[in-house]
Amino acid sequence: MSRLSIITSNKAQETIEFLYKDLERRIVSSPPGLCPIDLTASFVKMSHAQTCGKCAPCRIGLGQLVDLLEDVLNGDATMKTLDLIEKTANAIYYSSDCAIGYEAAHMVLRGIEGFRDDFEEHILRGRCTSSLNQAIPCISLCPAGVDVPGYIALISQGKYDDALRLIRKDNPLPAVCGLICEHPCETRCRRNMIDNSINIRGLKRFAVENAGEVALPEKMPGTGKKVAIIGGGPSGLSAAYYLSIMGHDVEIFDKRKHLGGMLRYGIPRYRLPREILDEEINIILSLGIMVHNEVEIGHDITFNEVKDQFDAVYIAIGAHIDKKIDIDGQETKGIVSAVDILRKSGDDEALEFDGKNVVVIGGGNVAMDVARTARREGAKKVSIVYRRRKVDMTALEEEVEGAIAEGCEVLDLYTPRKVEKDENNKIKGLWIQSQIIGRIPYDRPVPVDASTESILIDCDKMVLAVGQGIESKSFEKEGVPVTRGVIEAMEWSGVKDIPGVYAGGDCVSGPATAIRAIAAGKVAAANIDEYLGYHHIIESNVDIPEPRLADRIPCGRVNMRDRDASERIKDYNLVECAMTLEEAQQESSRCLRCDHFGLGVFKGGRVERW
Amino acid sequence: MVKLTINNHRLEVPEHTTILDAAAILNISIPNLCYLKDLNEIGACRVCVVEVEGVSRLVTSCNNAVAEGMVVHTNTPKVRWARKTNVELILSQHDARCATCVRSGNCSLQEVANDLNIIDNPYKEMLTHAKWTEGFPLVRNYEKCIKCMRCIEICDKVQGLNIWDMSKTGSRTTVDVSHNRKIEESDCALCGQCITHCPTAALRERDDTDRVYEALSQKDKITIVQIAPAVRAAWGEDLGLSREFATVKRLVASLRRIGFDYIFDTNFAADLTIMEEGSEFLQRLQDKENQSWPMFTSCCPGWVRFIKTQYPDMVDQLSTAKSPQQMFGAVTKSYYARLLGVDPHRIFSISIMPCTAKKYEAGVSLLNDAGAGQDVDVVLTTREIARMIRSEKIKPEFLAEEEFDTPLGEGTGAAVIFGATGGVMEAALRSAYYLVSGENPDADAFKEVRGREGWKEASFDLAGAKLKVAVASGLGNTRKLIEAIRSGKSHYDFVEIMACPGGCAGGGGQPIDDGRELAAERAEVLYGLDSVSNLRFSHENPSVLRCYEEFFEAPLSHRSHKLLHTRQKDWEL
Repeated sequence: MSRLSIITSNKAQETIEFLYKDLERRIVSSPPGLCPIDLTASFVKMSHAQTCGKCAPCRIGLGQLVDLLEDVLNGDATMKTLDLIEKTANAIYYSSDCAIGYEAAHMVLRGIEGFRDDFEEHILRGRCTSSLNQAIPCISLCPAGVDVPGYIALISQGKYDDALRLIRKDNPLPAVCGLICEHPCETRCRRNMIDNSINIRGLKRFAVENAGEVALPEKMPGTGKKVAIIGGGPSGLSAAYYLSIMGHDVEIFDKRKHLGGMLRYGIPRYRLPREILDEEINIILSLGIMVHNEVEIGHDITFNEVKDQFDAVYIAIGAHIDKKIDIDGQETKGIVSAVDILRKSGDDEALEFDGKNVVVIGGGNVAMDVARTARREGAKKVSIVYRRRKVDMTALEEEVEGAIAEGCEVLDLYTPRKVEKDENNKIKGLWIQSQIIGRIPYDRPVPVDASTESILIDCDKMVLAVGQGIESKSFEKEGVPVTRGVIEAMEWSGVKDIPGVYAGGDCVSGPATAIRAIAAGKVAAANIDEYLGYHHIIESNVDIPEPRLADRIPCGRVNMRDRDASERIKDYNLVECAMTLEEAQQESSRCLRCDHFGLGVFKGGRVERW
Repeated sequence: MVKLTINNHRLEVPEHTTILDAAAILNISIPNLCYLKDLNEIGACRVCVVEVEGVSRLVTSCNNAVAEGMVVHTNTPKVRWARKTNVELILSQHDARCATCVRSGNCSLQEVANDLNIIDNPYKEMLTHAKWTEGFPLVRNYEKCIKCMRCIEICDKVQGLNIWDMSKTGSRTTVDVSHNRKIEESDCALCGQCITHCPTAALRERDDTDRVYEALSQKDKITIVQIAPAVRAAWGEDLGLSREFATVKRLVASLRRIGFDYIFDTNFAADLTIMEEGSEFLQRLQDKENQSWPMFTSCCPGWVRFIKTQYPDMVDQLSTAKSPQQMFGAVTKSYYARLLGVDPHRIFSISIMPCTAKKYEAGVSLLNDAGAGQDVDVVLTTREIARMIRSEKIKPEFLAEEEFDTPLGEGTGAAVIFGATGGVMEAALRSAYYLVSGENPDADAFKEVRGREGWKEASFDLAGAKLKVAVASGLGNTRKLIEAIRSGKSHYDFVEIMACPGGCAGGGGQPIDDGRELAAERAEVLYGLDSVSNLRFSHENPSVLRCYEEFFEAPLSHRSHKLLHTRQKDWEL
């Protein structure tokens, strides 16, 4: 008998490690609409398998909980059962020796609180209110409902023009989305069950870049109805596109010099080149949409004047004003907002970063955009100050990594405390206070001051990127309902009690993503069309290829490469490289075609027209 | 065209052909269960799987298309094992007590299981249990449902009522009334199409045969049967009789053996319906400005339920004429009781219908106008009467044809075509022409309204009056037609609606031949009967004329209104 031995893993343990990974990926691709009680019962059952068996509440109690939950699911429970579940879970939670037990019980307790209605529905009516009605994860998670499996199938057959036609049925900005969409479609991709989600955005970009010029659908006969769109960002442009195809006369009013909204005044050129944005906007405008630039509602024309001159109005003014943070000396010279920087950048005005020590406050995509822009403008040093940890940043991971690769410094767990100024009231430094990451009251941990002294960092320019607000005042004055700055619109985008007035995009949702704004524009277009007394049908008439019957063998996901960091900071050219044909073919063939295999072939599948 | 190989046979088929259809060309049949062509191609049962060379997992043949160079094997060890396992799994969730099952011998699951020689099932039985509303004319047996989803598809795609949906989630997924409703809270039209498209007995009609046996056992009850037009075109199917042999006269002979006292023909009442409905139509025409148009036929209770739930503001546009079944019931317990000289309470009125909605109609509380209980006491579907004949061990193949009893056993060719879509319209037009002009048209003058298309329209000149008529069958088609009327796109004077595709010939109470739509074939029998009839005009039915002479005086008389008309608006659902 040796005194010590090296721990070696056996085959069973290795296999289980693989299964853990499989399970993790499977949970990632959980479709929406599952019964929360059924899932809880499964989770507790798995937890029960983890029990070591030493302590009574965990060893016995978890099994009893599974049984009681099954009773609920099988319609064999009464409200007393629910009480018993709660009491049992509480006892396990309070008396278990280790987390295996008390955290398992905690899941059940959370469930009783979070979906009590579902418990009652099962117990009192023997029915489950959940229904798995969203069969195709990518389509159901795309706010605009773009037919992802359809266009990926077309790409795999080299039919890029058809792919574009199919995308435009639901999203008139495919070139933009191919570059900057946050791709919620990829999050629950069923391919995760095998290896990893499909690179949907990359494939979309590939289709757009290889489709050549694809004519827009023919406009339907003119209706003589006039629709005003206030705000020419992604939402307004989308609404304008569909309404124009439906045969209505559309006019866009925009406050800025150029159309595009946040696509131009929020997203830097190295992510969305101006010429691509301009081309996409021009394609939409080619439908005969009239544009009034540099017209501000409430200043150049009142909202009610617009309303009176048109049969319907869509308000999509976005969220373009900056939010402030409470920090001493904000009136100091050299402190600017991210919104200002990006607006100036959008209008090609000078940014004055050259040779400066720039500090960016914030951890969102906008903060990264500003930091990376500053690098391109010749800043001496760019520091991103963020009060939580890097992993807590709301910016996409690739944005953060991109910024770091381009030489931006991330000072996480620091909060700005005090501005240091020179005799001209100009910023020359920033005191930052170290933070310690703390408790998690809901989903993100809250940072608290660490018991160390503040430190001073060099700073000649500080950019605040801590969120945006909506310029809704002038609308509010004219009777448009506004709550906490946000314009109130219903889920069908109608503004309450003002027939014919619709609103959507960031100005309703608060700052969100381009694709959500596009979706809002689409919804508004459909409902404005109905309001005007029509029911025009938008469809693509594209034939979707039959699915391949080949085996789905695990295969890595193709990610797009970025240009070399040292090269790309010298210009504003696109950072991201496109997929090659070879890559696109492989990537598109990974699609599992959930439109054909699975529930999509029966219910909740393809929407061919709307 | 696509070239492929199936079980070592080469063939060439058009692009997009499914593997299943391609195999069928070679007479290679691939077992399948949930599949229904054009309606349910969802590959849910996984019984039709085949092996495609180069693909390690199996492929469903019902919903995957052939591809160039594809090599298919339909019976490899892998296929055999998976197919059998899947059927065993389905059986483990199916109440397979076939001896007490209404579909035994006509069940696709039973056939597939038997064909695959499944004798022992290694899997534990795990049945879905849920309660169904007692007494509802449509019965769902959760224990027998194999979740093929066909009922959902037929109701969604063909009937457009979306009564069924998937219910619950995960392992407990089943099929139930949509939106967590109970069936009686839904807008179910009771057309019964879900029943005739169910591969097992998960859906069936309420069995009322015991009530009939009970009446037969009571000495003082006079049992009177009426046979609906479409029943004669289908009743033999469940008894293995050819269409030519299974004449209505052999059905009459069979029913006499069961012991019914009088066997009559709903055709008599169909002719009566034409007299009343035709006269009503002409009366409404005279007051054209004050009426809402079009006038709708009212003989299909599935349609009546549909309009009551979907377009309640249009219910007054239904003809007030009762359906033939209900006219017959009312006549039996009034005029005929008088002819027999008996207390109408002694009469037990039974109808044999191709229909499940008729069970509802007979139970509508208002339909007791003769004053002796419900005018129709029991409705049996074509399937139930076949079951009665079987349980009585009657062998129609050895019976000679027998005549209906008189006088209510007399009907014309115009009445017999009531059983097919367009038939009521055609019969009505034949007599309306006569009523307007005083002379008979050519009996085939209105044949434009025949045929299985779901929505037909035609214009006729009725002695100078231009009439635009439409005929729809199937409730999905009906909705389209009504929407067209409501939006002002279509204008008609008279519209016939039948809830079931193809009309009563394809009724929800008719025999089931899984995977086959037999309405057209059965309609041919009915049109054949019409063409050889001596009488092809309802207004020439001598028994009907006598009935008016002796009892009703004239169409739309006071007594007709009391016994032969109704206010559908007041019917409970």
